[in-house]
Amino acid sequence: MDYISIKNNGCIPLTSIPELEYEKFLASNVFELMSETPNHCVNYYGFPDNGKIRLICCIANDETHLIHVSSTVVVPGVQYSSFTAHNLAFERFEREIHENFDIAYHNHPWLKPVRYAANRVEKTKTIANYPFYSIASEELHEVGVGPIHAGIIEPGHFRFICNGEQILHLEIQLGYQHRGIEKLFLEKKTLLQRTILAESITGDTVVGHTTAFANLWESMCEFKPECDLQFSRTLALELERIAVHTGDLSGMCTDIAYQLGSSVFGRLRTPIINYFQQWCGNRVSKSLIRAGKSNFPFTQSLASTLTEVFDKYEPDFNEMCAELFRMPSALSRFEKTGVVSEADIRKIGTVGLSARMNGVNRDIRLSHPHDFYHEIQHQPIVKHHGDVYSRAQMRRQEIGQSMGYIRNLMKDLPDINTNRPELESPQPNVFGISLVEGWRGEICHCAITDEKGDLRHYKIKDPSFHNWLALAIAVRNNEISDFPISNKSFDFSYSGHDL
Amino acid sequence: MLNNLKILYHQGKQYIPDVTKAKVPGIFRGRPVISAEKVDEEKLLTICPTGAIQSSPVSIDLGKCTFCGECAFAFPRKIRFTTDYKIATNDRNKLIIHQGQDVPVELDPALIRKEIQDMFNGSLKLRQVSAGGDNSCELELNACSNVNFDMGRFGIEFVASPRHADGIVITGPISENMAEPLQICYDATPDPKIIILAGVDAISGGIFAGSPALNRKFLENNKIDLYVPGNPIHPLTFINGVLELIRQRNG
Repeated sequence: MDYISIKNNGCIPLTSIPELEYEKFLASNVFELMSETPNHCVNYYGFPDNGKIRLICCIANDETHLIHVSSTVVVPGVQYSSFTAHNLAFERFEREIHENFDIAYHNHPWLKPVRYAANRVEKTKTIANYPFYSIASEELHEVGVGPIHAGIIEPGHFRFICNGEQILHLEIQLGYQHRGIEKLFLEKKTLLQRTILAESITGDTVVGHTTAFANLWESMCEFKPECDLQFSRTLALELERIAVHTGDLSGMCTDIAYQLGSSVFGRLRTPIINYFQQWCGNRVSKSLIRAGKSNFPFTQSLASTLTEVFDKYEPDFNEMCAELFRMPSALSRFEKTGVVSEADIRKIGTVGLSARMNGVNRDIRLSHPHDFYHEIQHQPIVKHHGDVYSRAQMRRQEIGQSMGYIRNLMKDLPDINTNRPELESPQPNVFGISLVEGWRGEICHCAITDEKGDLRHYKIKDPSFHNWLALAIAVRNNEISDFPISNKSFDFSYSGHDL
Repeated sequence: MLNNLKILYHQGKQYIPDVTKAKVPGIFRGRPVISAEKVDEEKLLTICPTGAIQSSPVSIDLGKCTFCGECAFAFPRKIRFTTDYKIATNDRNKLIIHQGQDVPVELDPALIRKEIQDMFNGSLKLRQVSAGGDNSCELELNACSNVNFDMGRFGIEFVASPRHADGIVITGPISENMAEPLQICYDATPDPKIIILAGVDAISGGIFAGSPALNRKFLENNKIDLYVPGNPIHPLTFINGVLELIRQRNG
């Protein structure tokens, strides 16, 4: 076989991953696997192996619930044929491999640095002299925004090429948030330190990333999480979705200058994140998810409190939505703004909301279920216009759906296990992969252990890594004044991308 | 229009009437209290993910603490986190909570420059710079200005340009790639100006301390006017800290 097929949260000996010749590796992944519609790339990365670089490619099949993993060995400085020349979804993955390991590709469109990582090969290249695409024309002008933006948000630089008020081209340059987090996973030796790192990948998706880490760690330790752990994680994931979606609807109202919507959605987020504080002592749910245990079991009294929170939240939320979603001045800003076609979504390989916004049903909760999603029978909400309006509608409907899931889950609380065995250390020389559907989309964590069972390599992929290009495509031919609303409607992560 | 008024009516009053006395819901982990209980201190030290705990006698540095609470779970009779959210101070040493100490964390008036209360009391405009922040402190700083916490009522606001600002609020451990933009932003802010560090990552680097991808030289060269601990900061910690910094003091 050209690849080994495993399920989500599967853990296999590293040696069981087929090692192919590079040309065969390319053909198998790009021409065979990626030519089938249900398949998409969930991770593609390299790690140092005996003085060379071993590349691991993970292609997930959304219908068979399998992840096809294969590998090859490449040598720095040698020229290879790129995946990207045949499939754009690999574009950023190959740029990262080039930046970190000096693997050269003769037919990649443009091997620009992804994030000017501390562990990059070419230290002389710095973020201040990023090679932007430019067009020499007297008719056009450039607009540079960032890295520091007008509001309280993370840093990134947007370079527009405009024809008058119209955006012709946008290039998004990231890397400002790079903290070297993947390397720190290896340097920090205790499980708690690594869990704190997972919580700090991006603070708006604490549950998503920490669940991915915990599930991955447990699978490597051959620990099967009991019902109560799985229950808490599932419930927290849906709650995080509600909180962030509500905040995003507030932000979208701000960007169309609709003060009432901005205030009401903004304040509706408060009881949800305050609930996290009641549950675990932290409004963004840091400290809630722990591998192999839970410090904050979900009790009947917590369930009653959450029911009360929802009962108060729901009428206010519905009333505000009813007004926003029929107001002509709001709809005229939402509709047909920031459109991404289904064809472009498939080409770029976006995930999560940014795929479901236009006909591409990509949702880990359905395709690679983990925790309680086996029982929920999740039906993803899919829209068909790919515009700001679709993304707003999805948030509204997903909030309703998540509340329904949580209410159903709470009808039958699992018993709390108070006598859990201590986690043993991970198995030696294994490869593990964990997929989680965060509120933005698919999160993927991959780990490899050494002969002692300690971490040898840790790889994080936030959904934003796939998705940022969609924003650059969406704003083409829009007025530049519509950029903020487009940007907010996607709400991608900077820290999750930069790591 | 009528619908909008109806929504307004249904929403009623949402603001916290007195942010200096508000109670936080649930089990918030604020200022810790350390008892004299004898415990295996070596074990206690190894639990802490960021080395915030020192031994004999035990102390916790809130500038390094990620408020994960694991020490209190392991040694509940030794360490207890109270719901006291007023933990911001202008003296780095005051962030260290010692064994047996159960008093509020306060600002040292002697360290507050005279122009701060002269010029910023009643009107303080801040420019926020996220320098490797994970977006949790950023979310909470945004929340400071929402209709619940309504920091704007005190004349404290976040502004879009450093040119309009009286100071900067830094979040994140300061990544190498943000070191220069941060310096440029600070230089663009007119004098007199203040610097506030918000969150454990900004104060000490937090879990990222020592990473080669950071560049924290900015902090060596500039005086810090306020440290706001938390992971992330709580809006009430931030608002109360800033109010204490700029309030009018007699004499």
